[in-house]
Amino acid sequence: MARRRHFLAAAASTAAATLALAACGGSSTGGDDDGTIRVAYQRTAQFTQLEDVLEKAKTEYEAANEGKTVELVPIEAEQDQYFTKLALMNRSASTAPDVIYEDSFQVRSDAAAGYLAPIDDMLAEWEDWPQFDDTAKEAGLGDDGKTYGVSMGTDTRGIYFNKQIFEQAGLPTDWQPTTWDDVLDAARTVKERVPDVIPLNIYAGRAAGEATSMQGFEMLLYGTGDELYDAESQKWITGSQGFRDSLGFYDTVFSEGLGPETSLVLDAALGSRVSTELLPQGRLAMAIDGSWLPGAWITGENEWPEWEQTMGIAAMPTQNGQEPGRTSMSGGWLLSVGANAADPQAAFDFITVALNRENALKYDTENSQIAVREDVAQDPAYLDYNPSFEFFSSLVPVTNFRPATPDYSQISANIQVAAEAVATGSQTPEEAAAAYDEGLVGIVGEDRTQAAS
Amino acid sequence: MTTAVTTHGPRRAERTPARRGSATLLKLAPLLPACALMLVFLAGPIAYALYGSLTNAALTGYRAADPEFVGLDNYVQLVGSAEFWRSAWLTLFFVLASAVVGQNVLGMGIALLLRAARGPLRSVVSALVVTAWVLPEIVAAFTLYAFFSTDGTLNAALGAVGAGGTAWLVSFPMMAVVLANVWRGTAFSMMVYGAALSEVPPDVAEAAALDGASGAQRFFRITLPMIRRSVSTNLMLTTLQTLGVFTLIWVMTGGGPGTQSSTLPVLAFQEAFKFAQVGYGTAIAVVTLVVGAVFAAVYVRVLKPEVD
Repeated sequence: MARRRHFLAAAASTAAATLALAACGGSSTGGDDDGTIRVAYQRTAQFTQLEDVLEKAKTEYEAANEGKTVELVPIEAEQDQYFTKLALMNRSASTAPDVIYEDSFQVRSDAAAGYLAPIDDMLAEWEDWPQFDDTAKEAGLGDDGKTYGVSMGTDTRGIYFNKQIFEQAGLPTDWQPTTWDDVLDAARTVKERVPDVIPLNIYAGRAAGEATSMQGFEMLLYGTGDELYDAESQKWITGSQGFRDSLGFYDTVFSEGLGPETSLVLDAALGSRVSTELLPQGRLAMAIDGSWLPGAWITGENEWPEWEQTMGIAAMPTQNGQEPGRTSMSGGWLLSVGANAADPQAAFDFITVALNRENALKYDTENSQIAVREDVAQDPAYLDYNPSFEFFSSLVPVTNFRPATPDYSQISANIQVAAEAVATGSQTPEEAAAAYDEGLVGIVGEDRTQAAS
Repeated sequence: MTTAVTTHGPRRAERTPARRGSATLLKLAPLLPACALMLVFLAGPIAYALYGSLTNAALTGYRAADPEFVGLDNYVQLVGSAEFWRSAWLTLFFVLASAVVGQNVLGMGIALLLRAARGPLRSVVSALVVTAWVLPEIVAAFTLYAFFSTDGTLNAALGAVGAGGTAWLVSFPMMAVVLANVWRGTAFSMMVYGAALSEVPPDVAEAAALDGASGAQRFFRITLPMIRRSVSTNLMLTTLQTLGVFTLIWVMTGGGPGTQSSTLPVLAFQEAFKFAQVGYGTAIAVVTLVVGAVFAAVYVRVLKPEVD
């Protein structure tokens, strides 16, 4: 008896760990319709602009639709955890939201998973839909060619630099690097002449999630001439020189002490800290980051009116200055209708209110988005709102998009692993690139990869 | 979850062979609800986890909608993965260093010292040790994060003598989480051993002392064998509890830097929820389950209680 008890105890304790995972098998049956539209979205300390717009839309929608209520369900998480929490909500019909704030790179993946409902029929009847530009329309496409979301705006990325620190370091305040080496040289100069600031932030941690892939690694890779994915042959690329060189850039930055210290790199809140602490407090000289940063500086809790005088913005150069000389990455978020929505039409109607001309203008200005509605993009109220719009919009011709496949999000996680391994010095760029190739084959299978030419 | 086995059930009643069959049935009848509950809430999920680990279920993408049965693919991939083996060794190290050695030895040491201590010292020390154990895991984890982090308490204290500035959680992640788990779990062992030691009749030790046995001899030859059953139970409980530690490591290091402190539970979580490969993550969880069962089997064999 004693022995059996021990075995049972052993089983009981270790079983608990497996339960959480096992419980993830979801069921999907229709939700119940009680006239409530549940809207799931992300909210963090420095990202409240979306909530403002949704609250405004909620008031307007409820006033126009008697008997309907909109329940806002904020998910308080940094980007990486937001996807996980959202996916878990979506796995059960009883928790799945009706309207979902969805990153463009997750659309194909989540549509394939059956979390999103196609909205083509409803879009066809929406008089505002022709206002959206083609990139925005493509952003919502699923693998099956149906549309699964309405774009809220897009973005580009560049290098923010602190002109005051640059002046102290003897660097030009109208700085525009033409190669990666220019960026590294500027960082070295800052390190030497203004030793108490962090010379350059490039996201490198797994905890930073998609920021590491997109604001970090891909800003480098797409400037080397190599890519992650060959859209023509529909295969993922292994063993490219550009991949290794991009990791080599990380290696240089972190082995020479040009980046933030490791504990900061691994901090999930690094993104918030860059925009609300490190840049405004003058503790960071250069940051490769997204076009949305000024949004938080213009209004809100983290207002920083001096940003216009303090911050300069430069385009990310290509590796050796090769054509087109500058590069950028674009993403953006959408509002989607959940597959389990009890009343998809009501959910869609809420989206049309949240993204009507007035609300899209509010969101695109306050959150520094590049407008995708033509009537907003041409509105003087939009153009005059933020002096950085002109610069970031000028990057649109050279910008790149992430491979739109359902696997991208998993592959992106492997990019983050590689970047972190190099940044923390636990692997060389060659080792990390080899580990990425191995992980890639594990995800998509040998037959969907091809060696770099 | 883990305290249920510390109490020992009533001894077997004598029974006559003739009535054994019906008596057994009668005796088992009251156990039925418990057995049914165990089946539903224990065996069921384990079986489901086993099944899940044989699929390629994902959190998103096509495989989230229609996971396929892939047989032992996940396990084959696991065995071939350097990351998995690294994680398995880290888990073994974590369990041995923090539970088997750290918590048990330190807990026994404090229990022995407390037996000799008197008055307020005794209450103060045990209160302090127990405080760490009483804290909810997430609170303890944040406390220790604040202690070890680069601008945390430890470095502030070391800075006072000019030795601060080490990024403990980055440079020595395993050391930090091992110390954290020792700090948190020692109280449990201390209490178990304290109770066990108080059951040892003092006259046995006194008799041995009269025969000229040294302190160490009295402990290893007399006290330890007498509390062997408590040792075995405690070893098993602390081992299994440590094997499942997730929150502490997740909050302190996130399993990093890289995967330098990713024990099996952390790796399982990462694979399932970060890389969205639920099937693969579940396979790691199943392996953790097996490791726990192996530990338990070893303890039961080695510390077999002949006298019950």
